[in-house]
Amino acid sequence: MIVAVVCGVFLSVAAVLSLVRAERGPSMLDRTIALDVFVTTVVGGIVLEAAYSGRTDTLPILVVLSLVGFVGSVTIARFASVEPEGEGRVRTPEEIAADESALVDSEDEHPVLGNEQTQSGAHGGHVGDEEGDR
Amino acid sequence: MSWSWVADVLANVCLVGGSFLALAAGVGVVRFPDLLSRMHAGTKPQVLGLILLLAGEALRVRSVQVLGMLVLVVVFQLLTAPVAAHMVGRAGYRTGKVRSELLVVDELTLDRVPGLAPDEITHREDPQAGLGDDIDVDAGQDRPER
Repeated sequence: MIVAVVCGVFLSVAAVLSLVRAERGPSMLDRTIALDVFVTTVVGGIVLEAAYSGRTDTLPILVVLSLVGFVGSVTIARFASVEPEGEGRVRTPEEIAADESALVDSEDEHPVLGNEQTQSGAHGGHVGDEEGDR
Repeated sequence: MSWSWVADVLANVCLVGGSFLALAAGVGVVRFPDLLSRMHAGTKPQVLGLILLLAGEALRVRSVQVLGMLVLVVVFQLLTAPVAAHMVGRAGYRTGKVRSELLVVDELTLDRVPGLAPDEITHREDPQAGLGDDIDVDAGQDRPER
């Protein structure tokens, strides 16, 4: 029983520390890693509970977590790892209106290219593909 | 001293070891100075720690059905953790979050910048300077300079 308490304390401290890093950042990728560690400690907690209570009906949760746990990191690494300047704060209504009117202007100037530009704008977060080796 | 006693003791050892790796990952993720070293710390419980915890569980429950499911968990984790780490590491390098001056060897930068001598690497101009400026410099101060 002491062992279970010790393991639980270890896992709880690990979960809190990884949340501290997720809050501090500084970049999205650091948060991603921290949340991966958090998921791992959650899996550890479920395993610990299953080991000491003898129940086995929680084990499918582990299978699911280990299968889909990487989707979040891959998504962030692919699409959200570049943080544009000023992304970290809420924009004022004037700034939003200015951005939208600029977008409309660029569409008016290049009616054919306009669609493409907005499309690449929607993907704006993803990592620059410098060498085209994807 | 029966076999089930031995299995329980081994299970306890495995569970404590796995939990300790998770704790080490938490401490490392908070204290390490840059993205790659945090990834290094964070991957410890993802594979070895998980395997230790699941071995402990298997040793305590001692049933074939449970063992099958635990093996499945380990296989999925071994398949998905490297994919995530690869994507995060590559995105980190390309957005300038890898600090060359903290690395002993940086062969990727040597390959990508032709004519760069290995000892120049600490003074390289970051092609995407500015993107990595928000890296936690204070946390790196207690690291020895290379």
